[in-house]
Amino acid sequence: MAALGGGYFKTSYEADLALIDTRLRRAAVAALALGLLLLPRFASSFTLDLVSQAALAAIGALALNVLTGLAGQISLGHAGFLAAGAFTTAALVERGVTSPLVTLPATALVGGLLGLAVGVPSLRLKGLYLALGTLAMHHVVLYVAGEMQARAGGNTGFTIPPARVAGLVLRGTVAWYYALVVAALVVLMLAVNLQRSRAGRAWMAIRDRDVAAASVGINVARYKLAAFVWSSVVTALAGTLFAYQRGFVSVEAFGFFVAVEYIAMIIIGGLGTALGAVLGAAFVTLLPYVIDGAVAALAPGAADYYIFPAKFGAFGLLMALFLIFEPLGLVGIWRRIRNWFFLWPFRHRPLRAS
Amino acid sequence: MLQALATTLVVASLYALLGAGYVLVYRSSRVLNLAQGDLLTLGGYFLFAVAAAFPGAPAVSLPLAALLSALTGVLVYVVLMRPMAGHPVFAAVLVTVTLGILLRAAIVLVFTDRTRHPLQNLGLANPPRPLPGGAVVSTFDLVMIGTAAALFVALFVFLKLSPLGIQMRAAGEDALLASQRGINFHGVFALSWALAAFAGGLAGIIYSSNVRLEPSLDVLGLRAFAVALVGGLDSLAGVIPAAILVAAVEVMSIRYGNPLLSDVSPFLCLLVMLLVRPWGLFGTREELERV
Repeated sequence: MAALGGGYFKTSYEADLALIDTRLRRAAVAALALGLLLLPRFASSFTLDLVSQAALAAIGALALNVLTGLAGQISLGHAGFLAAGAFTTAALVERGVTSPLVTLPATALVGGLLGLAVGVPSLRLKGLYLALGTLAMHHVVLYVAGEMQARAGGNTGFTIPPARVAGLVLRGTVAWYYALVVAALVVLMLAVNLQRSRAGRAWMAIRDRDVAAASVGINVARYKLAAFVWSSVVTALAGTLFAYQRGFVSVEAFGFFVAVEYIAMIIIGGLGTALGAVLGAAFVTLLPYVIDGAVAALAPGAADYYIFPAKFGAFGLLMALFLIFEPLGLVGIWRRIRNWFFLWPFRHRPLRAS
Repeated sequence: MLQALATTLVVASLYALLGAGYVLVYRSSRVLNLAQGDLLTLGGYFLFAVAAAFPGAPAVSLPLAALLSALTGVLVYVVLMRPMAGHPVFAAVLVTVTLGILLRAAIVLVFTDRTRHPLQNLGLANPPRPLPGGAVVSTFDLVMIGTAAALFVALFVFLKLSPLGIQMRAAGEDALLASQRGINFHGVFALSWALAAFAGGLAGIIYSSNVRLEPSLDVLGLRAFAVALVGGLDSLAGVIPAAILVAAVEVMSIRYGNPLLSDVSPFLCLLVMLLVRPWGLFGTREELERV
């Protein structure tokens, strides 16, 4: 029976495996790549910095999305993983090791071990209790980092020299823009492929009902741990990138609010979708600047101490609105708009004859 | 040593007030209210505002501030939490996180983030009181202990004996069944939010009179929430021993460790509890399993 309304059939395994399957999508991806490549020629360094920040946030959000969106393991400690990465780098820099060729693998190792440490309790704890465990982990990581910072001589943080590999120095807005966008794209590719492979299906099965997942032969313990380790390794690496980009690491940058921001990203974007994580990361990163711009346009000269709570409040309000009215997030809105155009002038998909 | 004991009792009373708020909301709706710390701050700022409006009249401003806190609880339930009925519990927990953000933003918008001392307008003094044995506590320290004790007695009596309290326990056990027996569970849930905000507000009123008032006080809430878990999230009676335990660990880690360690000590208690006995000292053993 031919499906109604469909004119596109996949006729080979290659076509089924392809990430970018139609000609329109190929053109769109090519245009996006060209745009990202050429952006530094047209955009100001401020815009480039914004895109870099969004890309860095997207790496963290994609990692959290695998853990929370796909595997259904709730983490309130995402900032702790970031801090672990940044402070591992700082500790190595303090001992004179500044090369990213050493710090990145070391960070990945520390992140992985931390993920394992948080993941093992997740085998027993569920839902709220797990979230509390990750929250406590976050505070313990910050405590260790704070002790480190205090031992280092009462200064406010650690200075990180620019990343240098064999004579090449990563420095300046444009260089970091390319580095972070490429890193985000690599993580995005990995996330999309993980989601549609065996691991992704196993995670979603565990998320939806772990008993059923176990009964169809999924090793629940192994895949839960894998989700934690993958998420924490990627996030810790993002922390290292953050440290190198800022050139400065301090405990104050990794408060509980950062963890809330990452959760907000995947919720505003749309839980369980890679596109949602990227959209949410961009949204949450750009929101303060949009509000800055709006305030500057509407009420020039407003006092600074009004702008900060206004940003903070707008963030909270948006997060609440999405949670209450649009749990599917930006991706849900996008899908609804797309379906509306697909189906117009009809409102519903046709009923199939059985 | 006696001083350490007295300090432990004072800190434990603060944690017990906040912990009662967590437990009340958790029992009724299985939601963990991560905005409890901001409800504390809000109580302090209510006192600050009311005391500025009625200077020198503590008999008016103290009850009025507590009443405003309780009303905020009702408002929070009606506006934010009731729409989350039927959503996943974690979404509701995140809504309480956003509630904390919103409350904090509103506080900074209205009062700025300067440190305040509501006691100045209240017209009360806070003289130190030497206790037998050489320990010294402030007057409001004693008020904190007395309030916590009174609130717990009142809550136990209310929940055990009054019809409304019994309805509250019934709705907490099974909201569907309770509603079929004619219990207005939305009203009961709103009441539990009001009580939680009231307890948090009381803690904020006393703490801000005793020490200082600033928006960053909400960290107290996150720490007290270790207390709620150590005692068992659904056990009001468990809050008291848990508060004393966590406060004792905290005071000890200040004496023998450093302030950074004492900041993290409630979370260490929480982690140990999660590993050993996740349902807490007196909580109901929930469906926890090994994979």
